[in-house]
Parts: sequence; C-alpha cells; structure tokens
Amino acid sequence: MMRRFVAIFHARNMEFLRDRSSLSWNLLVPILLVLGMAWIFWEDDRPLFKVAILGETTKFEQDAHPFLATRHVQFFAVTDQQVALHKVARHQIDMLIKLDGAPTYWINADSPKGYILEKMLLGSGGARLAKAAVSGAPVRYIDWLLPGILGMNMMFSCLFGVGFVVVRYRKNGFLKRLNATPLRAVEFLSAQIASRLVITLTSVSLVFGGMSAFLDIRMDGSYLLLFVVAALGAISLIALALVATSRVSSEELASGLLNFLGWPMMLLSGVWFSMEGTNEFLQAIARLLPLTHVLEAARAIMIDGYGWTHVAGHLVVLTVMSAVFMTLGAAMFKWRADG
Amino acid sequence: MRSTILEVRNLQKRYPGVTAVDDVSFSIAEGTCFGLLGPNGAGKTTTVEIMEDITEPTAGEVEYRGAPRGRRFREEIGIQFQTTALQDYLTVNETLTLFLRLYEHTAILDEIIKVCALEDLLERDNRKLSGGQRQRLLLALALLNDPRVLFLDEPTTGLDPQSRRSFWQLIERVKQQKKTIVLTTHYMEEAYRLCDEIIIMDHGKIIAAGSPSELLAEHFDETIIQLPAEDFTAPVDRFPFTVLQGNGCVEMSVRDIDEAIRQLLRYGISLQRLEIRPRTLDDLFLELTGKELRP
Repeated sequence: MMRRFVAIFHARNMEFLRDRSSLSWNLLVPILLVLGMAWIFWEDDRPLFKVAILGETTKFEQDAHPFLATRHVQFFAVTDQQVALHKVARHQIDMLIKLDGAPTYWINADSPKGYILEKMLLGSGGARLAKAAVSGAPVRYIDWLLPGILGMNMMFSCLFGVGFVVVRYRKNGFLKRLNATPLRAVEFLSAQIASRLVITLTSVSLVFGGMSAFLDIRMDGSYLLLFVVAALGAISLIALALVATSRVSSEELASGLLNFLGWPMMLLSGVWFSMEGTNEFLQAIARLLPLTHVLEAARAIMIDGYGWTHVAGHLVVLTVMSAVFMTLGAAMFKWRADG
Repeated sequence: MRSTILEVRNLQKRYPGVTAVDDVSFSIAEGTCFGLLGPNGAGKTTTVEIMEDITEPTAGEVEYRGAPRGRRFREEIGIQFQTTALQDYLTVNETLTLFLRLYEHTAILDEIIKVCALEDLLERDNRKLSGGQRQRLLLALALLNDPRVLFLDEPTTGLDPQSRRSFWQLIERVKQQKKTIVLTTHYMEEAYRLCDEIIIMDHGKIIAAGSPSELLAEHFDETIIQLPAEDFTAPVDRFPFTVLQGNGCVEMSVRDIDEAIRQLLRYGISLQRLEIRPRTLDDLFLELTGKELRP
C-alpha cells in the first residue's frame, strides 16, 4: 500500500515541479498580494483617535464628560474591560475610559495617539479621571492582514490545485487507467492530499519567511503551532476540494463549484476585515468554514502570542472537518468520467 | 484441451434508452488470442470493460479461472484502453516506473522495454511521443505486471499502416509467451492475423463465433474475381455466377475459378488486370449484417 502511495505522490510532485508556469505562479501570487496590500495600507497608519467607553452605548452620548464632545475622535462603547485593555496594549484602541464607579482612563504609554488624547482629556475641563497605563507594541494592519492573505492564497491553492488536477485526470482517462491497476481510491486520494500539502506548505512557508524579513511581520507565538494550524487547515481545504470534485469531469463545473466554496471563505472568514460586530447569521456561516478557524488561530498565535490551549478548539474543528471531508471524498470518488 | 480462463455468462448492460450488451455468453481458453469484432457501437468495448471489472454489468456474470473475480484479478490482468492519457511532464521511463510500483508481482522492466522497442525513448517526455510510440508505451504498461490475461481495446485504431503492422509484430511476440489476449478491433485483417477465436458482435449481440478460418469456410464456398469495369465487355446476365458492378470494377463470386476464366475468355474479356482474392472477414460481416464493418 505504501509503495503505491509513494509512486502516485512522487509522480504528482514531479508533474507540479516541472510545470514551471504553474510553479512560479503559485509563488508569485501571494508575494504580489502581500506587497500590494502593504503598499495600499501603508498610509493607513495615520493617526485616527479611537476611544472606547466602558459601559452601555447610550451613556456617553449624554453629557457624562465634556471630553466626549471632542470632534474628530471616534467614541464607541465596549463591555469587556479585559478585551478592551488588550486592544489598548495592541494600539488597536488609543484610549479606554471608565466613567462608572472610580472614573479611570487607560492609554498605552508608548502610543503617540494615547499621549495626545491624554492631553485633550486633561484640557477638556471635566471631572478628573484616574490614569492607568498599559504597555504593548502596536499591531499594524499589515500584521493583521498577512495571515489573511496567506490563508486565502493557501485556500485557493488547495481548492483549485487538487480539484482541477483530479478533474483533469478523470476527464482525460488517466484515472480510468489507474483504476485498471490494483491502486485503491484511498491510496490515490491520500497521495494527492500529501502532494498538495507539501507543495502548499512549502510555498506558504517560503512566502511567509520572505514577507517576514521584508515587512518585519509580527510573530509573538510558536512557529511550530502556526505550522500545525497551517497543515491542518490545508488538509481540510484539500479534502473539501476532493469532496466537491469527487464525481465531476467538467472543468467548467469544477470551476463553478470551487468558486462557490472559495468566495464565501474569502468574504466571510476574515481575510480582509474582522467579522466582529457583523450579522450573527453571517458569523454562524463563517464558523462552518475551515479558513475562519485557520485565520483566527493564526492571528491568535502571531499577534497575541497565544499557545496550544487557546487554539485547541480551532485545531479540533479543523481535524474533524478534515476527517469528515476525507471520508466523504473517498466514499463519493468516481474513477471514470462516463461511469 | 486448453482450460477456460474467462467465462462470460448472459452478460447484459443497459443504459437509458439503449441496450449496449444483450445476453452475451462465451468462454476464452487460456493461452489463446480471442477477438471481439464489430463496428463502432456494437458493444464490444462495453463487453470487454465488464470483463475487465471496470464497468458493472446490468445482469450476467464473469468468472476468472472458474471463480468470481476477486481483488487479485487486477494484479493478474493487463489493460490497454482505446484512449488513455498519461501523466504530464513525466518521461517514458518515469511512467513505466510509476506503474511498475502499483503492482506486487512485476515482470522484468528491461525485458518489457526490449519487447516493446522503447530503448531509445526512455528519456522522452510522454507528450512528445508519436501515435505508434505511444501505443508501444501503453502496451508496455499493460505488460508490466506479467499478466495472465492481456486486454487490448482497439490498440491500432488511428495508427498508420506501417505502425499498425509493427504493432502486430509486438502482439505476436507477446502471443509466443502463451499469454491469453482479448482483443477488440474493427480491422478484420488484424483479427485474421492475430486471433485464434473470434466473436462478431452487432447491436450488442453475438452474430457469429468460431475461428476465423472456420467462420469463412462455414459461410463461403466461393472466391472473388475482380476486373476493371472497362475490361468487362460482355453482358452480365450471360454468366452462370453472380456478377456485381460498382466503384469502377466488376466483382464475380465463383466456386470454380478455372470454369469462370474459361467463360470470360469465351467472351473475349482481357484477363490482363484480373485479380483473385479469397473471402475475408469483411465479406463475412457484410454477409451477416448487410453493412460495411468499417466505422
């Protein structure tokens, strides 16, 4: 069994590596995307004052404090103090204010925007608030975006890379020829998964390494854990592609099906922006998509430095998805275009 | 007496609106070359693919060496399909190695390469092979596991006459190894040259079965004499045998060639361009179905 798996795995790798146009395109696309995004959003690091008020939304709309009437500052309500403080530490919120109980404000001691907001608060003439400092390095948009871009590229590489290959093999009769040998569906499919996994992880690792060096990308967590998340994510996405194309022999239909799977992930899984605060139904849909779990886990590791325990839930979901998709893919798999 | 290696009983394959194979039964003796003949759409490829365990029959059964075909069956057969794509960007040698690793029991690769005359093509990309070279590679793939039964589905369709004859020589070399060969073809010359036993199929049914020479002897006791139409200067109804005209020539079906020639000379017909040919399987098919065998 292993001998047949290795034979198919090796042959598919050779086919991919010798197809120079496909190989270079697989490496070039994510680099261009990240560079493009970095260029577009570089200017977005301009100061934008964001002040979170702990409590209910309606309270700070009243005249609770004259500082809240300051123009060109975005005030918004938050209910979870710990989450808000974490965002102050990450420079995602410039100031947090608590008006109930013992009135307090928090700023990041290293944040220029926090410093300016503090001056504005003290000069506003309202009641004195106690100061509390938070420390932590800022998170640039590009730090947040990079996992999204790499995840999206990985998703399309997995879906189309393996889905189109299987459909082409089925359409041109190569699968039928393999079916005339003792090769089993599970051997063929696992070899395809392994081959695409190696290709995808190598490509993503190379691009990640290059981008990290070039853009000084933030990485606070474990590289091993990030690799495990990427590997499980890739397996689940490849297996999903095998389910979608398990009986298809038309490239047009395969393209439609794979786009039908890919686009919701690109829009709902948090590639470009966080789904926090969006429609609950859309968030529920997003939870069903493998890429959502990949990106949430990857950002938790890279930006917040979280470990195995924090992302365990995502790892379990991705493992279950992979197992279900592989089982379905093998059960539904068809060798022939006309059978 | 040779033992039966494949037994086909009451095979049926129905698709919506069409019966591709209609209650077909036959047996194949070990070590023989067995031919399935018929025009396109006759049901021969479907029949063979059911025998190969690639297609499920609607009804009927196939036995291999006296028992239902099990998992080992794929280890013991070699198949050359009518059309097969190979993996892109692999050389001939890499393709052979890929398929070799799919089997537990294998032939000696160097011998297969030699039998199929692939020595000079080993480093060539699959995509750069000519039609004849490609068929030789596909035959080599079918022989890699040293199969007991070799299925060849129209292996010479699309080849030029020289490549076809060269491929026949390869098959004759394989025949010498006492392998059982199941061959589908619509080339009668191919069947006549290679097959020990044949069945002729049309509309999913067997319409004749036997050895090529037996079938010809059974259905014909006449020889064909041909002359260019311009040389045939006598009225056709003067002769005591069938005379057909068409395509610029006159064709006569005769039992006694000497007598026919005497008759032709009596009417002063020139025999300079006379041709005598025996009945062929093409004629037999025409006789049995009333239509040409070629697609």
